[in-house]
Amino acid sequence: MIRFILTRLSLLIPTFIGITLVAFFLIRLVPGDPIETMAGERGIDAARHEQLKKEFGLDQPLLVQYGIYIGRVLQGDLGKSIVTRESVLTEFQNLFPATVELGVCAILFALVLGIPAGILAAVRRNSIFDHGVMGLSLTGYSMPIFWWGLILILLFSVQLGWTPVSGRIDVLYYIEPVTGFLLIDSLMSEEEGAFLSALEHLILPTIVLGTVPLAVIARMTRSAMLEVLGEDYIRTAKAKGLSRFRVIALHALRNAMIPVVTVIGLQVGVLFTGAILTETIFSWPGIGKWLIEAIFRRDYPVLQGGLLLVGAIVMSVNLLVDLTYGLINPRIRHTR
Amino acid sequence: MRAVDGVSLKLEEGEVLGVVGESGSGKSVTMLALMGLIPFPGRVKADKLAFNGRNLLTISDRERRKLTGKDVAMIFQEPTTSLNPSFTIGFQLTETLRLHEGMDRKAARRRAIELLEQVGIPSPESRLSAYPHQLSGGMNQRVMIAMAIACNPKLLIADEPTTALDVTIQAQILDLLMTLQKERNMALVMITHNMGVVADTAQRVMVMYAGQIMEERSAADLFASPQHPYTAALLAALPERSEGGRLATIPGVVPGLYDRPKGCLFSPRCAYATEHSRNVRPALRPWAGGQIRCHYPLGDPERDAHIKKDHLVGTEAAS
Repeated sequence: MIRFILTRLSLLIPTFIGITLVAFFLIRLVPGDPIETMAGERGIDAARHEQLKKEFGLDQPLLVQYGIYIGRVLQGDLGKSIVTRESVLTEFQNLFPATVELGVCAILFALVLGIPAGILAAVRRNSIFDHGVMGLSLTGYSMPIFWWGLILILLFSVQLGWTPVSGRIDVLYYIEPVTGFLLIDSLMSEEEGAFLSALEHLILPTIVLGTVPLAVIARMTRSAMLEVLGEDYIRTAKAKGLSRFRVIALHALRNAMIPVVTVIGLQVGVLFTGAILTETIFSWPGIGKWLIEAIFRRDYPVLQGGLLLVGAIVMSVNLLVDLTYGLINPRIRHTR
Repeated sequence: MRAVDGVSLKLEEGEVLGVVGESGSGKSVTMLALMGLIPFPGRVKADKLAFNGRNLLTISDRERRKLTGKDVAMIFQEPTTSLNPSFTIGFQLTETLRLHEGMDRKAARRRAIELLEQVGIPSPESRLSAYPHQLSGGMNQRVMIAMAIACNPKLLIADEPTTALDVTIQAQILDLLMTLQKERNMALVMITHNMGVVADTAQRVMVMYAGQIMEERSAADLFASPQHPYTAALLAALPERSEGGRLATIPGVVPGLYDRPKGCLFSPRCAYATEHSRNVRPALRPWAGGQIRCHYPLGDPERDAHIKKDHLVGTEAAS
């Protein structure tokens, strides 16, 4: 077990090197630099430009810049944002809870709807329900997130006026960040109605971000369930005279969940990708929006540090998922 | 499509019935139908299906489930895949006891240990927390048997219980089944394609071919003087019965689901097939203390005359 964890951790090293390479060089391929972008249409005179470049260390050859960057990362220093002059780590820590809150809600939304839908579709295979779920999930999976988000805003926020258009909470409220999760902080605060407001603001982004994972989880649950339902031990369970519910919800589901858990782990990476679009559409002050803005502003340190941190989180979650296999699959537990 | 067709059988208390036939002859499907375990999208259409005086065709699913696993139990060919890999032996064993006997956790555990002892599993207490993949195939089959006899069934169906096991273990498992059958006076259905197993265990034998019963008689009679040409051919193909020289075979293969012959299902492979038997499917009829589905039973004194009248064509597959 410990050996397994160490092997997995050692795999992180090449991945990290890859992330730093991609983040560092790709953003520098984009025309313009942070100083020009900050100066905007007013422009900046050449001498001042050079002086600022020197100040940020952007005048050095690329490889030297990369070397300095890697050296700092190894010491745990992710640098400061060129635009805000704030430490990248601090900015990340401030914005991260917003993304986690949205991501957790989205994955819960996907699980709560996706697993039962997949089970029912498998149990009633080839029924109208099955075809409906599979058709919808294919649609959901192929839906461009930005378009889907805009359509939902147009329908529910603009036409029907049921949900707010953007943001995390109504501007009327000021919630002191304690945990950073607005649902929790607003519940603990004295402000009346703050919790409901935060909840309202979460609905559409959750649906938009959760759509792809929902589609994937529903399909995966269905196919895993179908496979398991044909196994000999399901016949044994039926031969024992167990109720249909117990056969499906206990004997079949326990085994069908093994591949589904893998997929859920992989969805964490998808969630971060989706968060970039979703947060931009809904002006959600999280990591996704932060990274997109860093690209527009050519804020090199933010992008490099942010991507590295996101990568670390995605990989840790996948490792955790792999470790939980043992909990649901005894065959793995005992062979390691 | 009829996978199994025109099966009629009756089993008395404490009787051991051997069901033999080639692979795909409908042995297992017949018994799964009895258990109500026909997989999707199959259905059971029978004139009568009764157990212990209760009509299984009219009782509710709930009532039926009270019988399955309690009074009628079944063990399968592949013990290792027939046990759920995600649950311990103890859990799977006590589940039946708690469901049908209403035992609490402690009582069920005690009974589970007893059962494992009865089926010859050493240090049963520690086995309760083991998972199926930690035990050998033979051990797993013993666990399956323990599960099946947990609620003292009146009928136990064993679907090729030894096929997937080592030869050395096969005899042990058969012994165990026969001992348990005698102790408890259970009716036992032994599905197998091994004539030797049938000869050792069964009182009555049912020979199936392509989803139909071909012959059904007491084991002693059947082995001494088979009445159906198919049975005779099966027995002739046994190495134990060979008198030197080449081993007899049955030419051709079992017809598939979609290429069933028009007349007798065995006629394409039968040495005694006639124009009549090629075109008219024989009915299952009482014969020599059992049942037979053949126009020309081997023990029929007027057999030769009938065959002559109907114009012998012989085996198609061999020609």
